[in-house]
Amino acid sequence: MAWLVVRLAISLSLLYTASAVFEDQVGKFDWREQFIGKVRFALFDTHSQASKKLLVATDKNVFASLNSRTGDLFWRHVDKTGPEGHIDALLMYGQDAVVVVGNGRLLRSWETTVGGLKWEAVLDTGSFQAAALIGVQDFVKYVAVLKKSAISLHDLSSGSQIWVENLPDSDTVQYQTIYSGGNGLVFVLGFVPSSHIVIVEYKIEDGEIMKKKSVEAAWMSSLENSCAVISSGNLLCVDQTTQSLYTLPLQSAEHTEMRQIHLQTLDLEVASGFQPVLTSTQPNPAQPPLAEFFLQLSPDHHILLQLKDDLIAPLRDFNPSYLAAFATSGEKTVAAVMTSKNDTACSINLFSADTGRRHLDTTIIYHMDPNGGKPNRLYVHAFLKKDDSVGYRVMVQTEDLTLTFLQQPGRVVWMREEALADVVTMEMVDLPLTGTQAELEGEFGKKADGLLPMVLKRLSSQFILLQAWMAHLWKLFYDARKPRSSVKNEVTIDTLSRDEFNLQKMMVMVTASGKLFGIDSKSGTVLWKQYLEDIKPDSIFKLIVQRTTAHFPHPPQCTLLIKDKDTGLGSLYVFNPIFGKKSHISVPALPRPVLQTLLLPVIDQDYAKVLLLIDDQYKVTAFPSTKNVLQQLQDTASSVFFYLVDSSQGKLSGFRLRMDLSTELIWEVVIPTEVQKIVAVKGKRANEHVHSQGRVMGDRSVLYKYLNPNLLAVITESTDIHQERSFVGIFLIDGVTGRIVHEAVQRKARGPVHFVHSENWLVYVYWNSKFRRNEFSVLELFEGAELYNSTVFSSLDRPHPPQVLQQSYIFPAPISTLEATLTEKGITSRHLLVGLPSGSILSLPKMFLDPRRPELISEQSREENLIPYAPEMPIRTEWFINYNQTVSRVRGIYTAPSGLESTCLVVVYGLDIYQTRVFPSKQFDVLKDDYDYVLISSVLFGLFFATMISKRLAEVKLLNRAWR
Amino acid sequence: MATIRVFSLILSVLSIITLLWTQSGECNNGRRLGDAVDTDFSGFSVPLEHSFEIDDVPRFRLRGALQFRGGRENGVYLAQNQLSEKDRNTMKDVAAVDGLYRIRVPRVSLQVDRQTEKQSEGYITAFVRACSLVESHLSDVITLHTDVSGNVIGISIVTIPGSCRGIEVEDEVDLEVFNTTISVVAPVTAPVPETAPYIERMDQEMEKKGKNPQEQKSFFAKYWYLILGGAVFLMATSSAQAPPGGAREQS
Repeated sequence: MAWLVVRLAISLSLLYTASAVFEDQVGKFDWREQFIGKVRFALFDTHSQASKKLLVATDKNVFASLNSRTGDLFWRHVDKTGPEGHIDALLMYGQDAVVVVGNGRLLRSWETTVGGLKWEAVLDTGSFQAAALIGVQDFVKYVAVLKKSAISLHDLSSGSQIWVENLPDSDTVQYQTIYSGGNGLVFVLGFVPSSHIVIVEYKIEDGEIMKKKSVEAAWMSSLENSCAVISSGNLLCVDQTTQSLYTLPLQSAEHTEMRQIHLQTLDLEVASGFQPVLTSTQPNPAQPPLAEFFLQLSPDHHILLQLKDDLIAPLRDFNPSYLAAFATSGEKTVAAVMTSKNDTACSINLFSADTGRRHLDTTIIYHMDPNGGKPNRLYVHAFLKKDDSVGYRVMVQTEDLTLTFLQQPGRVVWMREEALADVVTMEMVDLPLTGTQAELEGEFGKKADGLLPMVLKRLSSQFILLQAWMAHLWKLFYDARKPRSSVKNEVTIDTLSRDEFNLQKMMVMVTASGKLFGIDSKSGTVLWKQYLEDIKPDSIFKLIVQRTTAHFPHPPQCTLLIKDKDTGLGSLYVFNPIFGKKSHISVPALPRPVLQTLLLPVIDQDYAKVLLLIDDQYKVTAFPSTKNVLQQLQDTASSVFFYLVDSSQGKLSGFRLRMDLSTELIWEVVIPTEVQKIVAVKGKRANEHVHSQGRVMGDRSVLYKYLNPNLLAVITESTDIHQERSFVGIFLIDGVTGRIVHEAVQRKARGPVHFVHSENWLVYVYWNSKFRRNEFSVLELFEGAELYNSTVFSSLDRPHPPQVLQQSYIFPAPISTLEATLTEKGITSRHLLVGLPSGSILSLPKMFLDPRRPELISEQSREENLIPYAPEMPIRTEWFINYNQTVSRVRGIYTAPSGLESTCLVVVYGLDIYQTRVFPSKQFDVLKDDYDYVLISSVLFGLFFATMISKRLAEVKLLNRAWR
Repeated sequence: MATIRVFSLILSVLSIITLLWTQSGECNNGRRLGDAVDTDFSGFSVPLEHSFEIDDVPRFRLRGALQFRGGRENGVYLAQNQLSEKDRNTMKDVAAVDGLYRIRVPRVSLQVDRQTEKQSEGYITAFVRACSLVESHLSDVITLHTDVSGNVIGISIVTIPGSCRGIEVEDEVDLEVFNTTISVVAPVTAPVPETAPYIERMDQEMEKKGKNPQEQKSFFAKYWYLILGGAVFLMATSSAQAPPGGAREQS
């Protein structure tokens, strides 16, 4: 019987929490955007004219195929992160794409139409240098991979290794390039720095060394960047110090040194400090490369040259020109050159490669985004038109990782914002009120000017509201007649306004490349973007909302703190989160490294919250720092506390603000680094509301929660990583007094630890190194049956330590990230959102993570609705909030409350971005989508008429009876 | 060495010393601290310093000595002196301007064998509002927190009661002697998923089921007669009431 009750209780509790998306709700309030990252290799499929494929390999270890007409993904393969999945080279021939992965660890061939793996070959160890397709008699059959000390040849159709040969003298010679002109030979080029070039000739059939020679080249510093093979096996190098070009026929035996051609003789000069770049093209791997090549002399100067009869002749000088690229279609090879037109636009023109003559009517105008970066890569897709002339499209990549695909005469076919593949932090900001709503709001703000004008004003604004409502109704009616798919509300920056339930918000996203985005949360449309230049890679960003939208007519204000990773020096960027415009507020200079920031509830006269920045001398800078703010700070200084964490010394220290904005050290906790190191410190979210102060127990008494807003959760990991002795430390420290409220050790545990700290609980996930599994643990803090001071919480006056309850569970899956849902008033029950490496997002009811789950069920625990303890956490498929919309490489989950208490907005970011809403306690405050309005109204009307009729009948009956 | 001599002097001179010790940690079920400590009962002492200044610049003076006792019971004693007349006045003044009362101890390891190994430099500090200390008549609770290997990582001080209501403390005697509760708290071992009791319980359930075949019967099998009876009763009552309703409607 008890077992039955247990099962009943579990199924009942599940019934409560089950919250899957129905099939017809898919895509209704959720969207997903998929990204690939910064493009490193891009190849257009020129196999057939109608092909729309564009193959890309990126720095995020993604190999994908894009539809070149729309920019959508055909397919995408996400490899391992880090150097293991790094894509070293991408080669394409016909339907096959050959990829070298993981510093030459794997060689893979992909079928490009559906993205299926054709074969995979594991290569010998050794760091990867180069890869090339090798053709024999006009037919590409092999792929050669050059490692630091060996070269191997593989069959292109099966991947089987034909031969592998060690390179001669590989400990002194740096081999960097492979070349084959389709004549049965493979050349491997290497060099000894500042000494000579080594050329080794292999026979394709068996890998026999045919010839090996070395050529003097004392000026040589790198083969890869400054050399190229052109025109039937001529090695061409450029050197900046000697201002010369050098040529050498690879196959001839008599040449023992390179022929020097001074650039002066060609009337050319390399810009000082610029490493000149040679660009050649080999349209078919089975044929020798073209005799024409580009020489880049300075960042904005390219020249097209030709090698003819051992002479180098300039074909066309492009000055200025930013980017140049070759493209081939059929037999024709063309060169596309991007030159500056004016400040805001560039023009791209097409030139014939063999003559340097400009093709007529081939100009593409590329308009540069004033808020974006400069173009830095150009990929050209050339095709033959019906009249046999060459047409082309280009893909431009800019510094801010925007991919723009253009066609003549400058139409943007599609655009991808690849910076969004690396979101660092984000915030959600409420949208502003509409004009009419603002009008009403403004009315209250104004000073009264007589009774009659006020009445008139009120009437007029009410009239405007009525008008707006009528227009809205008309639109609804109009839209209702059209089929559903054609109704699409275009969101633009001008039509932005808050909806009834504040479900639509502005997502402000900060990306690692330093580009900021404003994205509409309802549709995922990028409404504004702003590229911040001069951001060093690996900078640390912190986004702070200083003023929300609630203070009309003051615009909302966000501040981004950008901190250099090495120096710690910071700078502030203040902007309007709705329109993305930079604010003109003067920003304090930060000459010293910033250690900590603190957003105070103190507001200035413009309703902006005060931000305190603490530098490494423990001096405080206030922003904004008006007189009003400084006065308020002086008044409240004695109650402003902050903490600093120095994980290298294991030191946590607390400071108090003084009147003169200096600080004083008031507490110190030192966790010795020899034993354990601090890995994370987290407080609670400032915008979190807790509705209920306590929990009602089975016996009707109340267990009060320990709700300390200043509590910090400090997680440490042991330095000893032996599986028996390693541990994870959990410290709960009061951020004001430095008091260690609770200290626990999870033995035989290891990180990475993910944790959520909220209300009166802390949930963390760790790896149990003994049982080799992930485990969840929950800590809940209670004050007990009585509150010490029920009116106000003060860290300074809470002498009794809280009661701590803890329980652990097995979680049968690995975890990427953890976050808790958040609602407006905190009435709705909480769920934990667990990002799994598989890309699914699990919405786990907090009910399952409750340290009061009893071992044995009793009357009281049943009264409290506690689920009996089970050591394993269930994972139910209906808890996955993103059904099949998996999010690759989940890095963070952001939750924000909406205007509806039942609804929490969720944004998951990683390689992809996914936005949805979750309803942890179901939609108790909204009617369902499929609510039967017709039935309920017909029943109402029916009842109404029935009462009318029966009343009439009753009257008649009464009258009749009276007559009787 | 000099400080040790001072302690012994204080110990001998003091007439009233507050000696209190509590066992470390209340719910410390998996405490490893004691296991590692050598059963050497020599013990050692550490100075506890305090500071309360009207200008709020810390100047630490000796308040007492923390006596640690090695061994299985990791006890700690606090030997401390009375507040002097001057100190009492300063304390009252500091309390009046809402200043802070700070304490600090050096970073030490409570493991006796580690004592000689190395002395880590620096202190750990904590504070409490001076007014609350005055108003509580110097009744404070000091807790020393250690990490898994017995290093003191944090100290906390609270007064009971902890509030500052602005009550004037007239009696000088109330501010003479500290009424201190001192304890050492080691980290609690966090629980791991309890699979064994759960499986045991499941087994018991199964056994019970096996013993009692009555339990295995389904709901309908057990209560069919009640359900049938109920159904018959319902049918009877509805058929009995139906005719009058229908008749009335017709009239």
